[in-house]
Amino acid sequence: MMDLFKILQDGNENGVIVQGITGKFGSRHTTLMQEYGTNITAGVTPGKGGQDFDGVPIFNSVKEARKDTKAEISIAFVPAAHFLNAAIDALENGIKLLVAIPEHVPIKDSLKILNLAKKKGAMVIGPNTPGVIIPDLIKLGIMPAMPFAYGKTAVFSRSGTLMYEISYRLKLAGFGQRIALGIGGDPINCTNLIECFDIIRDDKEIDSVVIVGEIGGDAEEQLAQYIIDTSFDKPVVAYIAGRSAPKEKRMGHAGAIIYGSFGSAESKINMFAKADIPVAKRPAEVPTLLSKKLSR
Amino acid sequence: MRLLEHQAKTLFNEYGISTPKGYVVNNKSDAIASAEKLGYPVVLKAQLRVGGRGKAGVVVICKDRDTLEKEYARLYGMTVQGEKIERLLVEAFTKHNKEYYISIFLNRSKRSYSLIASSEGGVEIESVKDKIVMDLDLEDTIDISKVANALNLIGKSYDNFIDLVSRLARLVYEKEAELAEINPLVMSDSSFIALDAKVIIDDNALFRHEELKEYEELSSLEVEAKRSGFSLVELEGDIAVIGNGAGLVMSTLDMLSDANGKPACFLDVGGTATTETVYKALTLISKMPRVKAILVNLFGGIVRTSVVAEAIVKAYNDKVINVPLFARILGAESDKAREILSNSNAKMYDSVEDAISEVVKSVRR
Repeated sequence: MMDLFKILQDGNENGVIVQGITGKFGSRHTTLMQEYGTNITAGVTPGKGGQDFDGVPIFNSVKEARKDTKAEISIAFVPAAHFLNAAIDALENGIKLLVAIPEHVPIKDSLKILNLAKKKGAMVIGPNTPGVIIPDLIKLGIMPAMPFAYGKTAVFSRSGTLMYEISYRLKLAGFGQRIALGIGGDPINCTNLIECFDIIRDDKEIDSVVIVGEIGGDAEEQLAQYIIDTSFDKPVVAYIAGRSAPKEKRMGHAGAIIYGSFGSAESKINMFAKADIPVAKRPAEVPTLLSKKLSR
Repeated sequence: MRLLEHQAKTLFNEYGISTPKGYVVNNKSDAIASAEKLGYPVVLKAQLRVGGRGKAGVVVICKDRDTLEKEYARLYGMTVQGEKIERLLVEAFTKHNKEYYISIFLNRSKRSYSLIASSEGGVEIESVKDKIVMDLDLEDTIDISKVANALNLIGKSYDNFIDLVSRLARLVYEKEAELAEINPLVMSDSSFIALDAKVIIDDNALFRHEELKEYEELSSLEVEAKRSGFSLVELEGDIAVIGNGAGLVMSTLDMLSDANGKPACFLDVGGTATTETVYKALTLISKMPRVKAILVNLFGGIVRTSVVAEAIVKAYNDKVINVPLFARILGAESDKAREILSNSNAKMYDSVEDAISEVVKSVRR
């Protein structure tokens, strides 16, 4: 398992590449990430190599950029239809952590990217993720800075704005975050919940975990089973969105769809109960449940 | 995108998977003419995207013209789980000696494709105990012999089954399906026929499947929402729910339902809420006559709430909306936003819980 914390810790020293740095979305968030303190050392936009973005040199490919920067992290803002090629460029050229912002990436492409990442020993977060943040250290994503504060809780979420909402509630209640990571709203998460738990299970700086799940698939059920099977011992609380969602309707996220009883909130909540994970009924209830769990 | 049965069967035929002969009809005289061509008995099947058609009684065997006319009249225009029957499939009745189940689907937690097969077809697969599950790498050549053996197939039927599964796998791979299911798959003289067909195509892959786009049937509101980059799910209640981000909107629907409110829609305007998106969302809502009130839940982050408030006031002034609006907008300048809204039909709340309890009260009045 790759050491995510080490690579994030070293991120500002080694630098970060932004793929799609000249696009409307990419350029705006490059500035916001820089304001947070993320050290962007190169940008990539095919055909614009040789130009610069606010002093950040632009290259035609990650392959070219890597001759200039030792960055092992790349964050991609490219359109979904071009993401497969962008990801191959990154993973084939030494990128160890790829943060995949684009929404609407075809499943076939995500599976190809996941297999390539495994072969290269790299990690891909997303697609369709708000990114990952270690408060006060590094922001790799489109999340606003406001909801986050440094602390000891790890937040893993399938949703973007709900990750902000719940992190903000936690912050107001005095629970900062050691890390907040969006695994993405797609049916395929290149880094899934279980892998996130593997990364943090022995981290002594983390004293609790919050899962923000939603309807669709069985990632939460599998995670609950993992927590039971591996006797994961940090306190965990959860929130599940979509209790009232109708069946067979895609609720915004490509991955948020119930087929029959598969993927229903009820199934997830029941499985969490078996793993002794309380599930909040509202986002505002999460800090209350966490306090209770921590004082036990 | 879930294909209708007849669309999925067209796709099956393209890949050399046999289906019963049949015709799609939307009027009674075509239904009768089709049945006459096929010869009685025929199977009359409502074309719907919702599951459980058998249980809902919208798939019926018609032994003669009288039954067909009666059943057609009963089914056409009927609503099943909110979906109206507007097309029916008239199909030749297929005699067979054995029913099977087969599906190839995206196994989300395994992050690969899987196959499920069973010698108990025609029932819900969840309730079947005796089934074979196998992982499939669709990028590679696949070996189905184990499955064929487990189903006790021999000789010609063994070969035909392996041929069928490889065709189905090719369909899933090439058309980028999340699911292709045949239930039941029937055997008649050692060859296989798909009596039913269920195919779900990955929406996000449609941009490279021009040939499948004709199957994408969106309502005019859905088309408009899609054009603005929104996700819209129409529901049956009277309170329109707008928010930014799928999870946040789902969460708002849940809390609204807990408070006995009835959502009229799920409208996700995307992670970053701006003035234009809020105005556009309200324009969309105005086209839903059942809406009596609007609930807005925005996690602003980098957005100034005062700017969003101006968009709401503009929507009232332009007569885009006239129903009351209850909003929780988190972000900078909320005092200013409140002031901007003070002379309008909209009200801002600090917590979404408060906004919800007020919106529910307002529609009950």
